[in-house]
Amino acid sequence: MKQIKTIVAATAALVTVASSAFAADSIKIGEINHYKRMAAFAEPYKMGIELALDEVNEAGGVLERPLEFIFRDDDGKPGDAVKIAEELITRDGVVMLTGTILSNVGLAISSLAGEKKYIYLASEPLADALVWESGNPYTFRLRTSTFVQAAMLAEEAAKTDAVRYATIAPNYAYGTAAVEAFKTNLKKLKPEVEFVTEQWPALFKIDAGAEVQAIEAAKPDAIFNVTFGTDLQKFVREGSTRGVFDGRKVYGLLTGEPEYLEPLGDEAPEGWFVTGYPWYGVEDGPAKDFVNAYEAAYPGETPKIGSLVGYMTVKTVAALIDKAGSTDTDALLEAFKDLKVETPMGEIVYRDIDNQSTMGAYVGTTAVDDGKGVMVDWEYKEPVAYMPSDEDIKAMRPAE
Amino acid sequence: MGLFVAQLLTGLANAAALFLVASGLSLIFGVTRIVNFAHGSLYMLGAYFGVMLMQSLPGAVGFWGSIVLSSLIVGAIGIIIEICVLRPVYRAPELFQLVATFGVILVIQDLTLMFWGAEDQLGPRAPGLKSVVRILGEPIPQYDLALIVITPFILLGLWWLISKTRVGILVRAATQDREMVGALGVNQSWLFTGVFFLGSALAGLGGAIQLPKGGADLLMDLNIISAVFVVVVIGGMGSIVGAFVASVLISVLNVFGVAYLPQSTLVLMYVVMAIVLLVRPYGLFGREEKAGEHGQAGEPDRPIRPAGVRGRLFAAALFLALALVPVFGSNFTQVLLTDILIFCLFAASLQFMLSTGGMVSFGHAAFFGGGAYAAALLVTYADSPMELAFLFAPLAAGLLAVVFGWFCIRLSGVYFAMLTLAFSQLVWSLVFQWYDVTGGDDGLVNIWPSAWLSGTTTYYYFTLIVGVGGIIFLRHLIHSPFGYSLRATRDSARQADATGINVTHVQWAAFATAGAMAGLAGGLFVFSKGSVFPNELEIEKSFDALIVVFLGGVKTLSGGVVGAAFMESVKDWLTRLEYWRLILGLLIIGVVIVAPAGIVGTLRGLSERLGLRWTGETTR
Repeated sequence: MKQIKTIVAATAALVTVASSAFAADSIKIGEINHYKRMAAFAEPYKMGIELALDEVNEAGGVLERPLEFIFRDDDGKPGDAVKIAEELITRDGVVMLTGTILSNVGLAISSLAGEKKYIYLASEPLADALVWESGNPYTFRLRTSTFVQAAMLAEEAAKTDAVRYATIAPNYAYGTAAVEAFKTNLKKLKPEVEFVTEQWPALFKIDAGAEVQAIEAAKPDAIFNVTFGTDLQKFVREGSTRGVFDGRKVYGLLTGEPEYLEPLGDEAPEGWFVTGYPWYGVEDGPAKDFVNAYEAAYPGETPKIGSLVGYMTVKTVAALIDKAGSTDTDALLEAFKDLKVETPMGEIVYRDIDNQSTMGAYVGTTAVDDGKGVMVDWEYKEPVAYMPSDEDIKAMRPAE
Repeated sequence: MGLFVAQLLTGLANAAALFLVASGLSLIFGVTRIVNFAHGSLYMLGAYFGVMLMQSLPGAVGFWGSIVLSSLIVGAIGIIIEICVLRPVYRAPELFQLVATFGVILVIQDLTLMFWGAEDQLGPRAPGLKSVVRILGEPIPQYDLALIVITPFILLGLWWLISKTRVGILVRAATQDREMVGALGVNQSWLFTGVFFLGSALAGLGGAIQLPKGGADLLMDLNIISAVFVVVVIGGMGSIVGAFVASVLISVLNVFGVAYLPQSTLVLMYVVMAIVLLVRPYGLFGREEKAGEHGQAGEPDRPIRPAGVRGRLFAAALFLALALVPVFGSNFTQVLLTDILIFCLFAASLQFMLSTGGMVSFGHAAFFGGGAYAAALLVTYADSPMELAFLFAPLAAGLLAVVFGWFCIRLSGVYFAMLTLAFSQLVWSLVFQWYDVTGGDDGLVNIWPSAWLSGTTTYYYFTLIVGVGGIIFLRHLIHSPFGYSLRATRDSARQADATGINVTHVQWAAFATAGAMAGLAGGLFVFSKGSVFPNELEIEKSFDALIVVFLGGVKTLSGGVVGAAFMESVKDWLTRLEYWRLILGLLIIGVVIVAPAGIVGTLRGLSERLGLRWTGETTR
């Protein structure tokens, strides 16, 4: 007991010393995430942030001051995240907030940001509600919208002669929104399609054998998959064992992201059309520079989509503060209007209409190469053409 | 026909891992009366050890050998947990040990992350069992068939162990009456350790054997635990056969649920559990629980009395100090204290029914979250003013408690707890699923207080007054005639009945009151955060409250409040550190071992021993 106390005290002292030594005149950003609860996604994200921070600070920081991120763990609980956000703003004096993977935590911080007038850059959450139905002037979003990625897959699906579709998606808001977006876009392009079965396994609790049987029983021509993580692993294994993917085209949202494709190893599905991040395939330009820098900074590690998002988060913040010329909230808010940021994916813009960035997505076909799942014949697609019309967005966003 | 058979077989195969974990939990509970929250963690460890061993041991022998080895390793870990963590606290009040097992969960989570890293691990396939067999034209994976064959043999083995061997005789005897077994000269400690080994090994086996159908990841511990609880309760606590039948029932039902009611997968299990408990209160194969037959474990309850002068002065001074915080403290101190006060009120409401009423609820979050959602829904849909919505929170939660209470108070002990769990999960899945109304996982946002209450300091004062008012109201209630009748029903329902107390009504009223006060806390919560999500209804939220009540001291009046304040402050401070879960887990285990009577109970005992107070007096 005593020992533990000593260790605790020592650790705490170290943390305090370490942070205060740096704190002299740095510009602080509050980064809230589920570092423990979602460790598989949050760790690469954090590494991306740290890489970009080193680059920014080596180049002299922003406004001639070092940029510093304060990382805080919310354990995946929206209530805790709101408390931590308040603390970061009022006690640690951070300029703005970033972070979160889980949509509900992102929405909780966004609601706080709107009420208390804090700037929040939602880097990773998947819910489009952040910038549309529940959007507010203080919340900005980096990650490619779910609607857009589903639309890209629907566009490809419409080119085939498949008409009977099955869908499988985790039973929560992101899953339902993704299926809805895919259906809407596909029906627009090809009105004769029908959806013969919709499967809704509970998130991370999939009963893969049963799901595969239910899909097989409906005899679809093609399948739209939204499951990810361990659900995807189980779905792919049961599905390939039972042959449900044979002779069917499968469209997978996020399936090509290294976070999900890599753990599958040589069992990765082949011939699926997916969105993802083929870092191994990029050959030149800023995309390749990022991959090289990442591999140099973390020997033995390869970049994930989370690493890229983390990296782009820092680049956004740096560009924002440089453009604003100050860390004042009003100046930052003004600077965010059509803010242009140079990223490994090329230039992205934070659209004034809905505070959504124009980060696009890589789409391609999965294959197994040298015992690893990869994306081949991929291309990078700009998102703007796939977004809902400006009128639709205005109608969705609450009056500002 | 072919599809039907195929679905049945899938269900049977899925039952394997569930049965192994559930039978382990059931065995441990039957003999030691410990509700082992950490059982899912042992399952997770089994999976990780399995993956690790399978990568180094080749071939079919290596595969099956790895499964057996990981089971033994996890069994050994179970022994370590039993000896180091649980043995020191066997004499503590009933169910106190679950706090320790909660600490174990946190420790294992962080150690697993440190040791194996964050990435999900895909389970290797079983050598020689990689393809499918066609049965009536439907493809059935060979490994599924292997599982269907293996599981009954394990059941048979367990049955033989329990009913044919001397160890089994002792285990059965201890399940029925462990004090008598002790009185007959059986070394209870080693019996408990042995049972813990067996139970843990079964969990480890379950984790390793499911690998070809899944893998190992860091979320699997908490993902399986609720299903395991359901299985154990439906089968009957302590019954191995019951665990088998129930896991088959749940798994098969799930498979058909997926096929015919795809959106229902979250709810189905809990609906079945609630129905079974209402028809057969002790599960399908359980025996009536004889809790309290030998009186309660631990030191006897003290007579309670209202706080003395010193106690009142202390409370008044504390209140004054809190009221002065905005003058001296920072803005964030107020935010943090608002959180703590809300949690204190929530914990106090649970303590009211748990300590004074003797009703252990595993689903108290239903009322906290229920209140929060009631207020949020009113604001979102009726655009009602904040004041009205706020008042609606305790009202709605109280009504919910009236309905649930009507069902729950027919049961007692662990079965009561499990039924509350089932109901709270029903509420949770309803909120989670009813996307059009509740927003599902995206919750309800922009629920802020009226302008006159909107500042941090103003809302802090509001919370201080309502929160402390609620806590004082509950304390006052304990000292009222109603509180005395409630304690009478707790100590002996039969004698209370004989003296003319309507036991059912008193318990029902207490249940409703606790629910309403939890709803009040929920109302405070939603307007302080501005949003509400299904997390506030989750099992974890219920357990949080349970943990702090036990940690603070279940046999005291202020335990819940003190425990809640302690836990929230420590957590706020620790989450800044990298391995905060490890430290928090060790801290909880440490507190549990050092202070088996809870923080307040132990401090009280200590001050009496030092002569600062005379025995029997209770201040706060």
